Amino acid sequence: MAPAKKAKVEERRGMLAAIMVTAVALPGIMMTPFMIASSLLTAWLGLASLMVARFMLPNVLAEPPRKFKIGSPNDFDLGTVATRFVASQGVWIVHTDQYQGKNMIYALLSVCTHLGCTPSWLEGEQKFKCPCHGSGFYITGVNFEGPAPRPLERVGLRIAEDGMLEVDKSLKFQEEMGQWTDSNSFVEIA
Amino acid sequence: MSHHADLTPSVIQGLGWIYLILAVMNGAWAANAGKQKADLRIVSAWAVFSALLGMLAFAQIAGGDQAQNFSIRMPEVVKAGIDRLANPIVYFAGSTVLFVVIIAARKWLVNNTVAWVILNLMVLFLALSMTDYDFRQIVGKPDNVPIVAMLFIVAFFTWLYFKRAVDNDDRRAKGLPLFEQVENEKVLTWPDLVYTELICMVVLTAILIAWGVALPAPLEEPASAVKTPNPSKAPWYFLGLQEMLVYYDPWMAGVVLPSVILVGLMALPYIDFNKLGNGYYTFNERKFAVITFLFGFLPLWIGLIILGTFLRGPNWNFFGIYEPWDVHKLEVLNNVNLSQYFWIDGLQRPMPVAPSGSDGLTQALYILLREAPGLILVFGYLFLLPPLMAMTVFRRFFIKMGFLRYMVFANLVLLMACLPLKMLLRWTINLKYLVAIPEWFFNI
Repeated sequence: MAPAKKAKVEERRGMLAAIMVTAVALPGIMMTPFMIASSLLTAWLGLASLMVARFMLPNVLAEPPRKFKIGSPNDFDLGTVATRFVASQGVWIVHTDQYQGKNMIYALLSVCTHLGCTPSWLEGEQKFKCPCHGSGFYITGVNFEGPAPRPLERVGLRIAEDGMLEVDKSLKFQEEMGQWTDSNSFVEIA
Repeated sequence: MSHHADLTPSVIQGLGWIYLILAVMNGAWAANAGKQKADLRIVSAWAVFSALLGMLAFAQIAGGDQAQNFSIRMPEVVKAGIDRLANPIVYFAGSTVLFVVIIAARKWLVNNTVAWVILNLMVLFLALSMTDYDFRQIVGKPDNVPIVAMLFIVAFFTWLYFKRAVDNDDRRAKGLPLFEQVENEKVLTWPDLVYTELICMVVLTAILIAWGVALPAPLEEPASAVKTPNPSKAPWYFLGLQEMLVYYDPWMAGVVLPSVILVGLMALPYIDFNKLGNGYYTFNERKFAVITFLFGFLPLWIGLIILGTFLRGPNWNFFGIYEPWDVHKLEVLNNVNLSQYFWIDGLQRPMPVAPSGSDGLTQALYILLREAPGLILVFGYLFLLPPLMAMTVFRRFFIKMGFLRYMVFANLVLLMACLPLKMLLRWTINLKYLVAIPEWFFNI
């Protein structure tokens, strides 16, 4: 009886000692300057990455709205390219009957499909010509010279409820994908 | 025709100083020839030439006040002739011919007198051309001054290489020890090398500061995402790539080919099996390596930088060096894809188009069918041509290199050749793309 009881007491003491050692040593290890510093650094980096994530959601977007009105269809004469929206919005408004023989107005994005420079509309030559690598596009936006592999892209255009033309730059229509047949990509003039 | 004065007093006087420098240089050349006990007629010819240049310099510096009637200028006939010849085909063919001439006539070109005459001609041509307003606008632009300097520097170092190589090849032929073995006097890193480097560093810094003060870098208007300057030129060292972009899709000319250039240059030591030419100049012992490298460097890289700097104007049209940069210059072009040539012109039938409403797989198959001619051609170029070359022109290379090294080598050679080949196709048959799949942004 007695030796067994003694052994149990010793075992209990041993466990107690182990717990006490752990309780004292663990914070001791945790509290080494190295651990403190690295924990703080980790915590700070975690907060900093949250801060970076916050930058992805700005309070104010200084971009012009993606949808904007450009005036009545009568403001755009047949056979002309309006270049007055290029500087502010990056679109040409084209009124022509050269694409599939239909009398229509559409908005072309002023971004070359080769490497993204802004082509210029050359009235005399009746073409868009890119200053970077010499790509050329017909008034229809179809590429015909230089390295551009595909036609210029159209953006959305519709007649708003008040009869004004409204450009929607969130919509894009690519000819090679067969998207120019989409009724949102042009406005047909009767 | 030109609305600007070709000549102004300051231009005439500036050119006067250039002629004066050239006169002094030629005087020194004549004096040196005299000291070397050269033929008296040759010495006096150089002395007379130097004196003539001196008189020319005096006339220029003194005669600046009557700029409009000043007669020493590039003749209009020469200007018109050079401008009429100016187009990419003549330029590229000319630079290739020049390259071949340099290789073939190297023994004659490395002659000191020949090199001196060429240098004189280069400076005189540049100085005379400066009397043209449009030439001055391009060459005198502060951006382009280093490129003019580069012309002379590249010419000099190429000449120096050939001079040393021809000398060593002669020694080999006569059984004499090589130049590097005779002149192998070694110097110490410290102080000889480090001092030289220090002096170079100080001098170069001083030159750059003086240059930066004298010719300030031009600033353009603030950048705008919707406004591209016309012409829009890359930094000068990228103009070769920009020229490549005229013939290729951005992912080819902007990503694939530059990576191949870099990786290919890194791979050279592993591909090269020729152990000769190590530590000394030679041409005859490394003919293939030197010619291949110099072709890639001189006509395809330096040549295209010069083309992009001096000969490309508004709308990336090609302009002669004396031609005014007319924004409305019209070049009639109509580029056609190979698939269009094949289906419409060759087989007289419409291009294969998937029936509307078909699923993605059918559409993809139709696209592949449409572009099959180009795909087969490109496949054959990259996969069938190397074995063919291994059996014929590169037979010796294939045996020495083994399969893997040979394939890497053959593909690098073929990829280098694809730029001039595509240029040729563009100029001859107005080819736009061999494989044109804009649906997948895949164009070759």
